[in-house]
Amino acid sequence: MNQKYMLPLAGVFLLFLLAYAGVEGAGLQWFFGIVIPYLAVIAFIWGFVNRVMGWASSAVPFRIPTTCGQQKSLPWIKQNCIDNPDKASGVFIRMLLEIFLFRSLFRNTKAAFNRDENNRLTYSWEIFLWVGALAFHYGFLVVLIRHLRFFMEPVPASLAFLEYVDGIVQIGLPGIFLSGLVLLAAALFLLARRIFDVKVSYISLAADYFPLFLIIGIAATGIAMRYFTKVDITGVKEFTMGLVTFHPVIPPGVGGLFYAHVLMVSVLFAYFPVSKLMHAGGIFLSPTRNMANNTRAKRHVNPWNYAVDVHTYEQYEDHFRDKMIEAGLPVDKEE
Amino acid sequence: MSKNAIIAGLVVFVIAALFPFWFNIGGTNAAPEIELSAKAKAAKKCVLDKYDMRANHMTILDDWRDSVVRDSDRMYKSTNGKEFEMSLSTGENSCLGCHTDKEKFCDRCHNYASVAPYCWECHTDPKEVTQ
Repeated sequence: MNQKYMLPLAGVFLLFLLAYAGVEGAGLQWFFGIVIPYLAVIAFIWGFVNRVMGWASSAVPFRIPTTCGQQKSLPWIKQNCIDNPDKASGVFIRMLLEIFLFRSLFRNTKAAFNRDENNRLTYSWEIFLWVGALAFHYGFLVVLIRHLRFFMEPVPASLAFLEYVDGIVQIGLPGIFLSGLVLLAAALFLLARRIFDVKVSYISLAADYFPLFLIIGIAATGIAMRYFTKVDITGVKEFTMGLVTFHPVIPPGVGGLFYAHVLMVSVLFAYFPVSKLMHAGGIFLSPTRNMANNTRAKRHVNPWNYAVDVHTYEQYEDHFRDKMIEAGLPVDKEE
Repeated sequence: MSKNAIIAGLVVFVIAALFPFWFNIGGTNAAPEIELSAKAKAAKKCVLDKYDMRANHMTILDDWRDSVVRDSDRMYKSTNGKEFEMSLSTGENSCLGCHTDKEKFCDRCHNYASVAPYCWECHTDPKEVTQ
């Protein structure tokens, strides 16, 4: 047993039970359905802005872009404009690829000793973290966008089209949405990686497991409601539309599982700004990616530098001219 | 990154994150009303109870389809003891035989919740045929 994942797991179970029992037992729909979501939205927006403003006010003393290709050099040497950008356009493309394709994760390697008599350390390309991360993030994005159907009336055709594409497999009724399954499978894979890969397990903390368990819980309750236990979807939309129009209503006949889902989503949003999940905002501010490597072409002055009193050569010569002439040293000005 | 660029990005983030709120300014939380036909009102009882039916009708239709197509078994014994003929759109005893107005009964909620059931790729609304 590893307390680093047992504690967050217990926490997520507790959250689930809290909402489920609170609604089914104590009838606290108004609390888990109205108070908590509003608080979560406030905590999310305020915390996110606060965090980014904190980063924005910290100094960036050095030009430290990571360079992964040929720097701009002599005209006959071909520059790698994206991996070693010297212009804003190159930086823009580099950031775009980083944000949408996780390019630096694509280069992920793993180190291991050869299992033979040589026992040499070798590095090999490890692509599965990248695959899992990509599947997870895009699955989550589609799930998030699909949920806008609960917040828009009428639902625009573009959302209906997304649902059509997502539900193209048409298994069962209601039909399967691929994105939900991809999200759950990818989150489980990322969790398995943390638990079973000993090196990753060693560096994993409770703060790494908690969001994973939370998201797995969210996906599991969502999937359970859609495919297994079922929920009155019109009532659910009445509820969500009530929240966003500031006329909250508690629909009859919607049970504890739904409120458990809402509580876990609320906790995820509220937890977001104080956790590692802030990489969503932080990726834009990564100094190793968002700077052009133009330290030779432009002078960047460290904002920390204080004004240094400089003793120039002219001042030096003025100071020692007599002695220099006496010793026979050459001087710029004779007088 | 310059501070102005960061603040601009934050403004975009806040506007995007609050999308459901500003998009629905002046909107309403009212769900569409389902209109029961006179026949459905008179019958009083459906296959299942109201909220059960709201949540589970698609599963029932799916089970019915399998039962009818694969086992040619058309009798459905409901939990409330009544017997129904498994049919979506054929005959007086079918779903649409009682809930005569598909527009006011099925489509309102389906459109509201952005659900596009593929029932109507094979079935027709009897009302549409007579028109």
